[in-house]
Amino acid sequence: MGLLSKKDAKLITDPLTDNNPITIQVLGICSALAITAELKASIVMSVSVLFVLGLGNVVISLMRNIIPSKIRIIVQLIVVATLVIIVDLVLKAFAYELSKTLSVFVGLIITNCIIMGRFEAFALGNGPWKSFLDGVGNSLGYAVILIIVGFFRELLGSGTLLGIQVLGDPIEKTGLYAFGYENNGFMLLSPMALIVVGLIIWVQRSRNQALIEEN
Amino acid sequence: MSKKTDSNSYTMIFAIGMVLVVGSLLAFLASSLKPNISENKRIEKQQNILYAMGVNENDESSAIFVSTSVAEQEFQKYIKKQLVIEGDNFSEDEKAYMIDVKKEKSKAKNGGTRKLPLFVGEKDGKTFYIAPIRGKGLWDAIWGYVAMDENMIVQGAYFDHKGETPGLGANIKYRFFMDDFKGEHLLDASGNFKGIRVAKGNNDPKNDEKTDYEVDAIAGATITGDGVSAMIKSDLKLYVDYFKTLKQ
Repeated sequence: MGLLSKKDAKLITDPLTDNNPITIQVLGICSALAITAELKASIVMSVSVLFVLGLGNVVISLMRNIIPSKIRIIVQLIVVATLVIIVDLVLKAFAYELSKTLSVFVGLIITNCIIMGRFEAFALGNGPWKSFLDGVGNSLGYAVILIIVGFFRELLGSGTLLGIQVLGDPIEKTGLYAFGYENNGFMLLSPMALIVVGLIIWVQRSRNQALIEEN
Repeated sequence: MSKKTDSNSYTMIFAIGMVLVVGSLLAFLASSLKPNISENKRIEKQQNILYAMGVNENDESSAIFVSTSVAEQEFQKYIKKQLVIEGDNFSEDEKAYMIDVKKEKSKAKNGGTRKLPLFVGEKDGKTFYIAPIRGKGLWDAIWGYVAMDENMIVQGAYFDHKGETPGLGANIKYRFFMDDFKGEHLLDASGNFKGIRVAKGNNDPKNDEKTDYEVDAIAGATITGDGVSAMIKSDLKLYVDYFKTLKQ
């Protein structure tokens, strides 16, 4: 990170570890539950959020001095929705296949609490470059958790990764299945995402005791 | 916040300005991209219909359409006739595949006669009858195309959805689910319409229906599966009379 000052670099690395949007700030849980049954969907969602949050943070930051405080939440919502719709329209016209994969996520991106949270907490009070870094950092922090959860849910629930059978064929009984292993269908249901996120929080807090809140 | 941005009049002006800017931006973008988008949708319809009758580039596990550049040609080559069924009459129409099933469905609901498109395709000396279906999943619309032979035995199916849950309901457009429909019967032994159920009992050895009238449901996608059963039942039933005329 030679290009960035220490302070700027922290904006990117903090959300990856000790200030993770999902495990510490508990934002963006809704989409983490909804779309992590497959690794591929987790990755697509992560990239979309990276794009929208990075860009949205810059737009909000540029507008921060002219946004009336009374209606700032509505203004933020309009900015996200506009960005997402523009991307969706352009993809529909020029990359139709890709847009079909993404269409499910459009609504989920607009309502992602991380995006609103970062606009409100960071972009409204900081310059565009810093806001951009903060957006990138937070969406990467979100992506890490999403990909970990997606990895375990797809592996244990369907025995596949990115759609490729990695544990053998459950119908032909090859690989692990030859020893009587079965896929755990529970992993495909959204409550299991909450349990996986819970396990991640557990691991993280036992490694870094400073994160544990006092009662 | 400075004082200026707190006043009511500033807030109103800002809100109106923002709405105007955003609204015109989106309207401009939507209308300038519309020709591209509708062309993409038209080609997709052709690809879907061809897919259902088995003209596709599937590899071992995933569903792949014929490429967009040849879709138009392949469509002309394989689809021999496009019919529009209206009540007891049917006519040929080259643009039948552009009929909007959603609009026709709401027309039928309001008491009008619905136009039913049916595509007759030929491949390797076999004739396929392909019909579009449309219904509701868990979150939004689901639709598809079903290719049948003259006895209404399914020869292939394609399903798609607008917003089903990825990894669960969205799996209706995967091969393991769609391929399961091949060989299922829509009519019972005496020729009455029965439909195909997306059911959970497919592992039950005592279940006699599983080979002909049932396909295996997807775990965690009960409502989407029920939606598929429902749209097959409601939409394909309308074609029974036409299939009867084929036998006369």
